[in-house]
Amino acid sequence: MTLTLASVVRALRRLGLAGAALAAPSLAEVPAATPPPMPADLVSGPAAADPVTAPVPAYAPLKPDPAVGQPQPWGIDLLDQVTPVGRQALAMVHGLLNPVMIGISLLVCALLVWTVVRYRERANPVPAKFSHNFRLEVTWTTIPALILLVIAVPSFRLLAAQYSPPKADLVVKVTGYQWYWGYEYPDYGGVSFDAVMVDRAEAARRGAPYLLETDNRLVVPAGKTVKLLVTAADVIHSWAVPAFWVKMDAVPGRVNETWFKVDRPGVYYGQCSELCGTKHGFMPIAVEVVPEQQFLAWMRAKQAEQGIPPSGPGIAAAGLAAGTTPGA
Amino acid sequence: MATTFDAHTEAAHAPHDDTHRLSFAERWLFSTNHKDIGTLYLIFAVVAGVVGGVLSGFMRWELAEPGMQVLPWFTQGNIDQAYHLWNVFITAHGLIMVFFMVMPALIGGFANWFVPIMIGAPDMAFPRMNNISFWLTVAGFVLLCLSMFVPGPPGGNGAGTGWTVYPPLSTSGHPGPAVDLAIFSLHLAGAGSILGAINFITTIFNMRAPGMTLHRMPLFAWSILVTAFLLLLSLPVLAGAITMLLTDRNFGTTFFDPAGGGDPLLYQHLFWFFGHPEVYIMILPAFGIISHIVSTFSRKPVFGYLAMAYAMVAIGFVGFIVWAHHMFTSGLSVNTKMYFTAATMIIAVPTGIKIFSWIATMWGGSLRFPTPMLWAVGFIFMFTIGGVTGVLLANGGLDTYMHDTYYVVAHFHYVLSLGATFAIFAGFYYWFGKMTGREYNEFLGKVHFWLFFVGTNLIFFPMHFLGQQGMPRRYPDYPEAMAGWNEVASWGYVVTAAGMVVFFLNVAASLLAGRRAAANPWGEGATTLEWTLSSPPPFHQFETLPDFTRRAPAH
Repeated sequence: MTLTLASVVRALRRLGLAGAALAAPSLAEVPAATPPPMPADLVSGPAAADPVTAPVPAYAPLKPDPAVGQPQPWGIDLLDQVTPVGRQALAMVHGLLNPVMIGISLLVCALLVWTVVRYRERANPVPAKFSHNFRLEVTWTTIPALILLVIAVPSFRLLAAQYSPPKADLVVKVTGYQWYWGYEYPDYGGVSFDAVMVDRAEAARRGAPYLLETDNRLVVPAGKTVKLLVTAADVIHSWAVPAFWVKMDAVPGRVNETWFKVDRPGVYYGQCSELCGTKHGFMPIAVEVVPEQQFLAWMRAKQAEQGIPPSGPGIAAAGLAAGTTPGA
Repeated sequence: MATTFDAHTEAAHAPHDDTHRLSFAERWLFSTNHKDIGTLYLIFAVVAGVVGGVLSGFMRWELAEPGMQVLPWFTQGNIDQAYHLWNVFITAHGLIMVFFMVMPALIGGFANWFVPIMIGAPDMAFPRMNNISFWLTVAGFVLLCLSMFVPGPPGGNGAGTGWTVYPPLSTSGHPGPAVDLAIFSLHLAGAGSILGAINFITTIFNMRAPGMTLHRMPLFAWSILVTAFLLLLSLPVLAGAITMLLTDRNFGTTFFDPAGGGDPLLYQHLFWFFGHPEVYIMILPAFGIISHIVSTFSRKPVFGYLAMAYAMVAIGFVGFIVWAHHMFTSGLSVNTKMYFTAATMIIAVPTGIKIFSWIATMWGGSLRFPTPMLWAVGFIFMFTIGGVTGVLLANGGLDTYMHDTYYVVAHFHYVLSLGATFAIFAGFYYWFGKMTGREYNEFLGKVHFWLFFVGTNLIFFPMHFLGQQGMPRRYPDYPEAMAGWNEVASWGYVVTAAGMVVFFLNVAASLLAGRRAAANPWGEGATTLEWTLSSPPPFHQFETLPDFTRRAPAH
């Protein structure tokens, strides 16, 4: 990584932020600092029908859809997937692994029930004496091996797909802290913020599930390939969003890379997935996927808020470089 | 069992003087007799199992509904400390159940008791080393319990690192001495296990009765031989890793600290190079026990003896080269993930051989279902369920989703809590009369089985659903939407605990008032050498070695 004066300044500022957040004595007292106050009637769909002619839409935080991107009451299945890799993996579980697992379990169960009933002492008082059957043994060695071979093909294909992303449209640096996440957008002048879990009242106000919502969400554009550079500042954390089929450990001293591309705008939740200490269970991940124009509006507002000159892909083209602060 | 030696005659005239000469301290503290040490290990495993089980009871109680209700009782209402206490509980539960319940029960307990007898040996090769193995394990347990009461991270007591003790959480994240105590605990338990492994390997290689070739040896002895090699080769790696952890913590080294050129992932590689063989260390002896019980109550020899023995050897070997499947989300390269995916799936083949061979052993037999056989059949089915979810988790690409979720918790509890533990209970009932000379109560044994079977399935099956919904491991609280299945799992614990009450009633009643056990209560299906001895066996058996040079022993 190239070390510039700007990045050092940012890092120092980040340390200050981190210190302030660490000093917060308990979760309940962490202020829910969502800059734009949420209107009561939030829309969940994209507002911009025609990005060229329509006026630049103001950014408004999305209201989470309780049916998408979060656990369901009495839910038993994997969450609906909103990324190409997620759909590929989900299809592999539903179409191959689950049938194989259920099939083998039922086969073993049926064989056990049959032997228990057919060969119980009363039904079969004199036991057979055989203890070998070469052909049988070869069969139950080769058939499972063939089944595994059949599984291995799509499995390798999935691994390859996870590791061959299209060219990244947006890069976000994700840093795990005890116990919150820090996000930074290097393409946009280093806009950065922390995401801390909100308390129960704030979650209810936003119509979001408690323990999953953060004060600031990671906002990314829909339909774009987002590359994450994941690291940690203190202990190991893991950045995970089930609906994206993404999970990547945040390891101090190492930058791990992962990616996702979500077509459908919405709010998707995840939780830290590597034991990281006392509040491991309370540093959730909230990703807000919005149409590109809204993303740019949000980004411009963030840049203005943080005193960063308008810059970055799309900012000028969208007419957002002017000094005004749209939205918010 | 026609051999040149008549065990019943020997039992009748057994020199019981030895036991009478020994004081209590000499017999139970300075024990050198493999059967006494086995008994000590079993008692120890029961005690540790109760501690670990009570911890999981508090965990399930806390998770019974969303919010923090139970653990704050222990922390004067301080929620942050309650969160940390949760981490201490999961850590202690894991370490206790692995190192101080399953391993002492299967290896220290049953293997000490029955490997020498099954191979026709008078005792273990190194009786005094056997004693020190046991007391090292006890000392390790004491240190682990102590670690829960000394400072760990700032503002909390105990090691909340998980049983994996990953740095930097276990180094810079836990400045207090709790993690040091936990590390010493593992050192002692590990040293005890390594000494035990040396003892078993030496005993099995050198002290088999004449004619008891390796290929005639009972499968339980085979399983312990393979297990002992896994212990001998993997535990030193753990010992090295946690020693490096110790010096990182106390002496300024930076093995796992990137600030000094170290790497946190190095620890993970070392830990799992031990950790993966460790899971087979816990399940291979269970395989051995199940083989004997299925054969006994089918009144049929084990199907495919050689395949069964070499399947265990294969599992043990492959178990050493699959460790990084525990690290699929740590940032491995794609080629590494493909290799570990393929290697891991291969283990399903020998495991499948074992499952099908047990069923083939029952096939055509004349089946009876006393308590040990119920546990054995339950084991086969439950282990299959744990095994097939393992095939899913083996796929690096799919594991991205399941990794560190309750799906994994469900998977390894199906192979351990419903696998290894079922086998421990199966072995306990199978050999209870042999070890104590008293018969257990069959009715209570069956009630125990059914309560435990229903209870553990209620606990762990819904965890597949929770994991698929994305619930991460090691969480003391969860979103409202996950409340349903968590409550079911917690009720499952109540049922399981009721089963354990029946178990202890049964043990107490049987020891106090059980009928005298016959030398061989199981009939013609029970063919291994322990059934040729009295119940309990004489203090020293086989002072005249049995001779199998002219007639093969049954296995």
